[in-house]
Amino acid sequence: MAQSTRERYRVDPVRTRRRAWPFPLNIYQSAVGRKWVMALTGIGLVGFALIHMVGNLHVYEGPARMYEYAETLRTIGGGLVPKSFVLWLMRLGLTGMFALHLHAAITLKDMSRHSSDDAGLMSGAKKYAGGRDHIAATYASRTMRWTGPIIALYLLFHLADLTWGWWLGPDFVRGDPYHNVATSLSSLPVAILYVVANVALALHIFHGAWSIFQSLGINNPRYNHLRRALAAGIAGLILIGNLSFPILAQTGLISEDNRACPVNDSDGLVCLAEEAEGH
Amino acid sequence: MEPGAAPQPNSTVLDSKVPDGPIADLWENHKFSMNLVNPSNKRKFEVIVVGTGLAGASAAATLGELGYRVKAFTFHDSPRRAHSIAAQGGINAAKNYPNDGDSVHRLFYDTVKGGDYRSREANVHRLAEVSVNIIDQATAQGVPFARDYGGLLDNRSFGGAQVSRTFYARGQTGQQLLLGAYSALMRQVAAGTVELHNRSELLDVVLKDGRACGIVTRDLVSGEVTPHSAHAVVLATGGYGNVYFLSTNAMMCNVTAAWRAHRRGALFANPCYTQIHPTCIPASDDFQSKLTLMSESLRNDGRIWVPSGAGDARSAADIPEAERDYYLERKYPAFGNLVPRDVASRNAKTVVDAGHGVGPLNNGVFLDFAVAIERDGHDAIAARYGNLFDMYQRITGENPYTSPMRIYPASHYTMGGLWVDYHLMTNVPGLYAVGEANFSDHGANRLGASALMQGLADGYFVLPYTIGDDLAGLLGDPVVPTNDPVFTAAVAGVEDETSRWLSTNGSRSVDHFHRELGRIVWDNIGMARTETGLRSALSDIPALRDEFHNDVRVLGSADTLNQSLEKAGRVADFFDLAELMARDALEREESCGGHFREEHQTAEGEAQRDDDNFSHVAAWEWNGSDTPQTRHIEELTFDNVALSQRSYK
Amino acid sequence: MSDIISVTVKVWRQDGPDSSGGFETHPQQISTDASFLEMLDLLNEQLNDRGEEPIVFESDCREGICGTCGVMINGRAHGPQKATATCQLHMREFADGDEIVIEPFRAAGFPVIRDLAVDRSPLDHIIESGGYISVGSGAAPDANLTPVPRDAAEQAFDAAACIGCGACVAACPNSAAQLFTSAKVGHMALLPQGQPERWSRTESMVEVMESYFGSCTNHGECHEACPKEISLDFIAYLNRDYVKAKVKNRALSGQR
Repeated sequence: MAQSTRERYRVDPVRTRRRAWPFPLNIYQSAVGRKWVMALTGIGLVGFALIHMVGNLHVYEGPARMYEYAETLRTIGGGLVPKSFVLWLMRLGLTGMFALHLHAAITLKDMSRHSSDDAGLMSGAKKYAGGRDHIAATYASRTMRWTGPIIALYLLFHLADLTWGWWLGPDFVRGDPYHNVATSLSSLPVAILYVVANVALALHIFHGAWSIFQSLGINNPRYNHLRRALAAGIAGLILIGNLSFPILAQTGLISEDNRACPVNDSDGLVCLAEEAEGH
Repeated sequence: MEPGAAPQPNSTVLDSKVPDGPIADLWENHKFSMNLVNPSNKRKFEVIVVGTGLAGASAAATLGELGYRVKAFTFHDSPRRAHSIAAQGGINAAKNYPNDGDSVHRLFYDTVKGGDYRSREANVHRLAEVSVNIIDQATAQGVPFARDYGGLLDNRSFGGAQVSRTFYARGQTGQQLLLGAYSALMRQVAAGTVELHNRSELLDVVLKDGRACGIVTRDLVSGEVTPHSAHAVVLATGGYGNVYFLSTNAMMCNVTAAWRAHRRGALFANPCYTQIHPTCIPASDDFQSKLTLMSESLRNDGRIWVPSGAGDARSAADIPEAERDYYLERKYPAFGNLVPRDVASRNAKTVVDAGHGVGPLNNGVFLDFAVAIERDGHDAIAARYGNLFDMYQRITGENPYTSPMRIYPASHYTMGGLWVDYHLMTNVPGLYAVGEANFSDHGANRLGASALMQGLADGYFVLPYTIGDDLAGLLGDPVVPTNDPVFTAAVAGVEDETSRWLSTNGSRSVDHFHRELGRIVWDNIGMARTETGLRSALSDIPALRDEFHNDVRVLGSADTLNQSLEKAGRVADFFDLAELMARDALEREESCGGHFREEHQTAEGEAQRDDDNFSHVAAWEWNGSDTPQTRHIEELTFDNVALSQRSYK
Repeated sequence: MSDIISVTVKVWRQDGPDSSGGFETHPQQISTDASFLEMLDLLNEQLNDRGEEPIVFESDCREGICGTCGVMINGRAHGPQKATATCQLHMREFADGDEIVIEPFRAAGFPVIRDLAVDRSPLDHIIESGGYISVGSGAAPDANLTPVPRDAAEQAFDAAACIGCGACVAACPNSAAQLFTSAKVGHMALLPQGQPERWSRTESMVEVMESYFGSCTNHGECHEACPKEISLDFIAYLNRDYVKAKVKNRALSGQR
């Protein structure tokens, strides 16, 4: 009888645990482990975003240097492996990291939704009917779940635009990134889209990069204040670098006016290769 | 019976069951002579522990570890909320780590003396003996006591003790010790030896054939009234300081468990022994809900004064030095502001009653740090008392660095409680009381940092031994089934009571009556008591109680979380207790410790004991609502401590 | 100095765990010297006098140490004053004419019992799963046998100061209990006495925590809401220890 009272008012767990997976997969079964995975993939993805931005700065050296840079990426690994082999490995790795990052994010969000949005009577509504007054949570931290999907969608567009060439259609010249960038970003709507997406990316990285330290437990009160600064620095760098492309394309700094080589995928690419060679 | 009259004919002398022998060996020898319960038989015994503060949690955890089947009850949402958590200063133990001459005997001696020779020597000695084990136990549990630079435990002197024997954990010693006991309890909950019932309030103790066989609780969320049976019942339900309404006790502290046991036959001892702590923040409004204690250590540097002229409403800064009365320094040149708690409290009352009180309600005295700040600098004072100053500022909105603090005494601890023998068993077989709930080892006055010590001593190291001695004789006896008539009658009684509150339909809230009762008790059974005051309390309390029972308004229903309903029962018990306090204070024609009768003072205005006539414990027996209680006594003998009169001039 | 201010109290009322709730509005005149809970006491007294049931809210010590009290005040757990539990908040933090919105601490793991009272027993379940050092009464060695570096003891104390009020969960947009759990894990992991069970404790406490509460996304709201200002560093420490616990060889339990 005593038991029944207690049972009636027992708070039930929001979720029950499934059977433990074999090590090390069992780490991923916990939210803390998932946050580790988000942090580790986050490191890879931020690193990629940073290197990608820095590499793209070659665009300011003209079509030939840009062509050379792209070629270099394809020939990483030298003669040891087939051309583009390492590049594909990296693409595979990146895709895997994206997938894990996304899966962890979606499942963790789901977990928090069950623990939070369904609180008491507020099912489906905000956690507090009377509103919240956030103190520490930043705009960036609270919008991770929006900036994340924005980045994912932008990424698809970006690939379609400059890697697969679906967007530019006949204007797309495979192997001539300078031309593709200049052409694509000269369109105002596209440039605006790039600006918006990169602001989202920077916000995401601003919270994400700081969050990496917390999730992995890399903390030391002596250096903790640097963690925010570092996150802000990385986010800022990527933002400035990445925003420069659409903006300068719009102002005309990235344009094909002073181009020596023709734009096509036979003569044009040979000409670019020679120019890069002669440099 | 007329209070103050000759002893009643059926009054008896109680047997404390203290074994014979030299005091230093009593407990050791007694541990050997007690009966044991075989480890495999322990699981055949069920024990109920009510309350999960220091004493209750430590007792329940330890009994669980031993293998008993324990049911622990708390009316809080979690065992960790118990008011033990609010103790600030520290815990005494005769470890003698500082090598300054402390010993078990010295702690024993100081405690008996500090209690103004009204405690039982054998119990106090045992307390001093096991005090050292408490520190070991707590440290092993992870209690983060203060440490010195070598990583060893730090000690400080507390409450005027001449040795440094107080272990502390910042200003949160009670919290850390309670969390230690709570974690030990939760470990047993996980192990399945302790069944935890939170939000369950004891509303009756059940006896069968004169022996405690269980309790009746009300689930505070569902309102369900449930009987629980066991081989033994342990009450660890704290003190009754909230009888004053305004006290430093938590809002929910109450006497109900102890009182319901009293109504079932357990004797209630020394109810008039209450401790009034001198350094609390005065009430700021009529609707003030409780008072906040500020550590006594403030008196080390603060100077206490009031304006020399009565009714002086100027702010402290406008009162010139010549018009200030540093009354403690004036009256007690040797001890000055560091006189013991009871003396400091009483003197504050005297000056405030004479119209010298300060603050918006003229209900405080100044505690001034101006001299200390000038002497040691702002930073030194901030380092010593920073968090206390912050707390004061948070509560009053005044800055104690620039204007003096206002302080006033408040009810803080109650030395009285259920009478228990050497085994901590009440006179009702199978019913035990531990911690502040029993009449305890503190006599008429508790020393600073001794309450935590006593609670944990009882729970970890005394009760687990003594309860076995009693249980061993019950081997093979099943518990009384909860469908036995004694339980069904008790459940019906509790249900009647709750429905009575809900159907009274009066006009005033429970809090209103509690506040009024508190005023009567504070004015007449507070820091200084007179025969006239006590007699007027004895007529005022029953009058107000009748009004309470007829005019209280408790809204809502019994089958939901209903805080007014909970409080109604508690306040009803406070009414009965208050009356007994007045009678006990009236009958004790002497002054001792926290009990100061103005008729009994020395020429210098100090407490004057009457060892010839009152060197005893007064333990009261309930005779029904309409018949006065019977006063039994337990003689106190002092073979190891010489009686003397305190002086602080 | 004390003033009388007029405020509008918009308070959540809900009859029981399964009933629906809503806001109720009451004007209130109150002295700025009153504590926030005394303001509610007074309101309750007035409600009772009018024959309306008083608002259910929990509190006990009213000194900011027991952790019983706690409500959302204008969207903040424990209200606007930093490092202050609801019971220590005073009305001088509010201005004449303010609207004060009061809601219970919300999380799926904290179902509303009535009005502003919620059930925080999952916090007890987290402790039950390992928030202790297994030492039976009487089994302890002398307290000074194991010196503890002063700084470690101090930091352990910073974590142990947690009062278990649940403000961290209430303030967390994800309703995560990371700060609460990490405070207990950190307290014990920093002390030599806590080492033998360090890894199993971390694992089981995290797993029970995750069965009731959300996932930490490092907003830092918990720390801001915490009346004891428990540091986010303990969360980082917990995250590190958890994965370490998974990776470690338990046979070498001494390894750091």
